[in-house]
Amino acid sequence: MKLFRLKGRALVLVGMVLALLAVFVFVALRSGPLAPIAVTLGTVEERAISAGLFGLGTVEPRFTYRIGPTSAGRVNRLLVDVGDRVTAGQLLGEMDPVDLDERIRSQEAILTRSRASLDEAQTREQLAIAEARRYEQLLAARSTSEEIVAARQEARQRAGATVSGAQAEVARAQADRNAISTQRQNLRLIAPVAGMVSARDAEPGTTVIGGQMVLEIIDPSSLWLNARFDQGHAAGLQPGLPATVVLRSHQGASVAGRVERVEPRADPVTEEILAKISFAATPDPLPPIGELGEVNVVLAAKRAGPVVPNAAIHRLNGVLGVWQIFDGDLRFTPVILGATNADGYVQVVEGLATGDRIVVYSASLLDARSRIKVVDQIPGAVP
Amino acid sequence: MINLAGRDILHDGPKFVLTGLGLGLLIGVTLSMAGVYRGMIADGRALLDNSGAELWVVQQETLGPYAEPSSLYDDVYRSVLTVPGVSQAANVTYLTMQVRSDREDVRAMVVGMAPGPAGTPGWPPYLVSGRQVTRSHYEAVADIATGFRLGDRIGIRRHEYTVVGLTRRMVSSGGDPMVFIPLKDAQGAQFLRDNDAVLQGRRRTAQNPAFNRAGAPAVLDAVIASQNVSRSVNAVLVTLKPGVDQADVAKAIERWKRFTVYTRAQMEAILVGKLIATAAKQIGMFLVILAIVSAAIVAFIIYTMTLGKIREIAVLKLIGTRNRTIAGMIMQQAIALGVIGFVVGKIAATFWAPFFPKYVLLMPRDSLIGFFVVMVICVLASLIAIRAALGVDPAEAIGG
Repeated sequence: MKLFRLKGRALVLVGMVLALLAVFVFVALRSGPLAPIAVTLGTVEERAISAGLFGLGTVEPRFTYRIGPTSAGRVNRLLVDVGDRVTAGQLLGEMDPVDLDERIRSQEAILTRSRASLDEAQTREQLAIAEARRYEQLLAARSTSEEIVAARQEARQRAGATVSGAQAEVARAQADRNAISTQRQNLRLIAPVAGMVSARDAEPGTTVIGGQMVLEIIDPSSLWLNARFDQGHAAGLQPGLPATVVLRSHQGASVAGRVERVEPRADPVTEEILAKISFAATPDPLPPIGELGEVNVVLAAKRAGPVVPNAAIHRLNGVLGVWQIFDGDLRFTPVILGATNADGYVQVVEGLATGDRIVVYSASLLDARSRIKVVDQIPGAVP
Repeated sequence: MINLAGRDILHDGPKFVLTGLGLGLLIGVTLSMAGVYRGMIADGRALLDNSGAELWVVQQETLGPYAEPSSLYDDVYRSVLTVPGVSQAANVTYLTMQVRSDREDVRAMVVGMAPGPAGTPGWPPYLVSGRQVTRSHYEAVADIATGFRLGDRIGIRRHEYTVVGLTRRMVSSGGDPMVFIPLKDAQGAQFLRDNDAVLQGRRRTAQNPAFNRAGAPAVLDAVIASQNVSRSVNAVLVTLKPGVDQADVAKAIERWKRFTVYTRAQMEAILVGKLIATAAKQIGMFLVILAIVSAAIVAFIIYTMTLGKIREIAVLKLIGTRNRTIAGMIMQQAIALGVIGFVVGKIAATFWAPFFPKYVLLMPRDSLIGFFVVMVICVLASLIAIRAALGVDPAEAIGG
C-alpha cells in the first residue's frame, strides 16, 4: 500500500517534471530569437492600375492687378474696401494732388494770356496788311516812294511772324495745361478690369512710393491651384488630366478640376514640379487666396499586368525584389517595377508572373536563413 | 542502489516543488533583468538595422543624428551621390515628439523619409499590415507599439496624417516607437514653428527698423518669407555599391565634402557605448546584485533544507551510510532544485517578457550562461550544507 502510494506520488512528480520540461522546450523554441518569423502570403494579381499623382498647392488667382501711383505721393481717398466687386474703369481712389490744381489754374492763366497775345498780334498783322496794301496802291498811282512801300511790306511780314510765334505760344500753353491735367488724371486709381478687391495696403494719409501697391484686384473666376508635385512621383503629369482637389477648409469634400498647365520650369531647390490646376467650376464660397489644397491626379490606366502590394517589396544588397517560399525555404526574387498607384500597388515588369505566391507582411526583417511560419495575420497587427 | 535524493524528494514532494517554484521566480526576475539589458542594446541595433544605411553623413563634428542634434542642408545628398562607391543617398530627419490621436497621445520618434521607391534607406524595411506611403504628403506608417490602427488620423504639430501601414520593432534607442512620414512634412514638423510663434516672429521683424524700411516696403516681405523656410535634415543615409569598402567611401566624403561620416560599427559604438551606456550600466549593476541575492537565497534554502533533516542524516550515519552517499544526496537535491528553478524561471521570464513596456530580449546564450551559473551556485551552496551534514554527530539520532 505504502509502495503504491509512493509510486503514485512518484508518477505525479515525474509527470509534473515532464510537463515542465515540455513547456520549457516549447518556450525556448517558440519565443525569442529562435522563434520562427510570422509571415503572411499574398498572390500576384493581374490588374490594370492607374497611377495616381499627389501634390499640394495653394489657391492663387491667375491674374493679379496691383494698383498704385506711378510716383511718390500721399493717398488722398480710397473708395473701395477688401471684398468689394469693381467694374472695369471704376474709380477706386485718388492720390493727393498737392499743388497740381493750382498749377492747372496757373497754366489756364498762361493760356488765356497767350491767347490774348495772339489776338493782339493778329490785330497788328491785319493793320500791317491793310497798310501795306494801301501803300502799294499809292505806289501804283505814283504818289509815294518805293522805300516807304518796302517799309510797310516789311512791317506786314514782321506782324505775320509775331502771329506765328503767338500761335505757337498758345499751342505750348495748351499742351502744358493738358500735360498737368493728365498728371492729375494719373493720380486717380482706376480699376483696369472687373474683379474683386483682395487687398488694401495703404490708407488715406499714407505716403507711398512710386510703384508701391495700394489696392490689389483679382478676378475671382480665374482662381486656380498652384500645385507642387514631387519630382520622383510626377511621371506622366500633363495638361488636360482630370484632378480632384481637397481644400483644407472643406476637409474631405473634393472638387473637380483639371491640370491646366505644367510649368516648363521646375523648382530645383525643393525638387518639385509645378503645375496649375484649374477648377471645373468656381468654388462657392470662394476659397481664400493662399489656402492649402491637396491635389490627386489620376493618370490613364496602364495595360493590365501583374501587380504586388508595395509592402512586399524589399531591397537586398541594392536590388529590389520580393521574398518567395519554395519548399519551405525563403528565396529572394529580384523584380523590375513599373507604375505605382495611390493604393500601394506596384506593377511588376519583370521577375514575377500572375498567380505567384509572395511574402507580403513579416514580423521582422527576413533573410534567406530565417525560419518562418505562415500565418493569416501577423500577431498584434489589428487590421 | 536506492537513490536517497529521489526518495527524499518523493517523501517531501510538495515542499520541494514549491521551493523550486519560488526559486524559479527569482531566477526569472534575474533572467528578465538580463533581457532588459539585451533589449536596450537590441533597440539600438534595431534603429541602425531599420535605417537600412551603411554610412551616416552628419553635420561636421557631431555625433548625430541619434546621439546629438545634427543639421545638414537637404541638397547635400546630391553631392554625396557623386562620391564613387555610393549607391543610394537619402535624406532623413529624426525627432522625438508627441503624436496626437483620438484615443491618446503617444510619445514617438517621427522619422522623415525621403521620397523614392520602397526600399529607400530610412523607409520601414517591412510591414505587418497596410501599405507603404505612396503620397508625398500626409500619410504615415506607424509602429504597432504606438497603438495606432490603419486609417487612424494622427496629428503631428500642425498637420493631420492618415495611418496607412503598420510595422513592428521600429524603435528609437530610447525605446519610443517610430512613426514614418514623408520628408517634407517632417521637415515642416521639425523646423517650422507653431502659428503663434510665426505670428510673433513676423511682428518682431516688422518692428525692426532695419527690415521694415519706409523706402523699401518689399524688404519686410522678403525677410519674413526667408524666416519660414526649412531646408535642413538631420542626416544623409548612404548605401554602397557591392564590394566597396565602407571606410574608403567614408574617408572620401569626410575629406572632400566636409562632413562627419560614421560607419555601421562606429554608429553602434556611439549608440551602445555612449547613448545607452549609463542606463545599461545601471541595469548591469542591478543584474549583479540580483545574481548575488539569488545565489545567497539558493544557499540558504539548501542549507536550511539540510538542517531540517539533520536528524535523518544522523540516523543514516548511525546505520553506517558512507559520507559520499550523504554528500551525493544533498548535492543531487541542490542540483535538482536548481534545474527546476531554472526551468520555471525561464518559462516565467518568457511569459511575462511581452508585458514589459520596453523590449525585453531573452537570448539563448544568456539563458545558457544563467543555467551554468545556477548550477555552480547550487553546487557551491550544497558544499556548505554537506559540511554541516557530515559534521553531525550520529548520537543526535537517538538524542533529545
